[in-house]
Amino acid sequence: MRGKIPPHDTIPKTTMSTLTKNPETACATRVQFVTPRANFHHDANGYTLEVELPGVSKDGVEITVDDGQLAIIGHRSGAPSQGRGLHNERQAADFRRVFDLDPSIDTTNIAAGIEQGLLTVKLHKAETAKPRKITVS
Amino acid sequence: MSILRYQTPELTAWSPYDRLSSLRGFLDSAFHLANYRPENGPAWAPALDVLEDDEKVTIVLDAAGLKSEDFDLSLQDGDLTISGERKQEEDSQKGESFRSERFFGRFSRTITLPSPVKAEAVQASYKDGVLTVTLPKAEEAKPKKITVGLN
Repeated sequence: MRGKIPPHDTIPKTTMSTLTKNPETACATRVQFVTPRANFHHDANGYTLEVELPGVSKDGVEITVDDGQLAIIGHRSGAPSQGRGLHNERQAADFRRVFDLDPSIDTTNIAAGIEQGLLTVKLHKAETAKPRKITVS
Repeated sequence: MSILRYQTPELTAWSPYDRLSSLRGFLDSAFHLANYRPENGPAWAPALDVLEDDEKVTIVLDAAGLKSEDFDLSLQDGDLTISGERKQEEDSQKGESFRSERFFGRFSRTITLPSPVKAEAVQASYKDGVLTVTLPKAEEAKPKKITVGLN
């Protein structure tokens, strides 16, 4: 990839930083998250990130960009189904996943949409980082 | 019919029943192999919950990124089969892929219902990537209160 650093997960690092930022509350309310499945591909204009967040509506998605990291949190909506559980495989916790961003990504130009629990985030490359052809004069 | 369970090999925490689950995984893979057809491609199985109360049985299935017409539900001999297909979009094939954790292709889950249901009153809805199937219980399966006479 011609010297580019592909974005990758840094979940342990970020978990540690959130713990050290506010250790008291971190210990008092231990929030558990589920890591959602994601697909990540790259083309000339930038990156497309697809994250599976079943049970998360448009209002339940929180996307933050901070310090070169893209954090996605998905809060599950909807009332818990009534009745006693006979069989349980689904997890009730909210989703969270953090990605390190390629420095060439224009963080002011990030578009996201969610449809049937599938979050699509379009990350565009900064104009200066796009491949250019230079003609010799 | 597939008895394949929900699978997230690398994302779940270590289970205390690790040995048991590896035995189960072995048995599942043996059945899976018997059920395998090349045209079906690699199978996947979405996670589901089965809930029951006095009036109905509810099945909740997590499957993000499908369309409601992609699901196929059938009820036969007290077994509910939910099958469907998640299609891969054309444009995601383009470019270079860094991470490919999502499953595509066909899936099928079969649940043996805990009680008889009214087949004509079954309802299904798909919202925010969650399929909810509500199966009202048949009259004979609902609990009845019997008052004991005093004399």
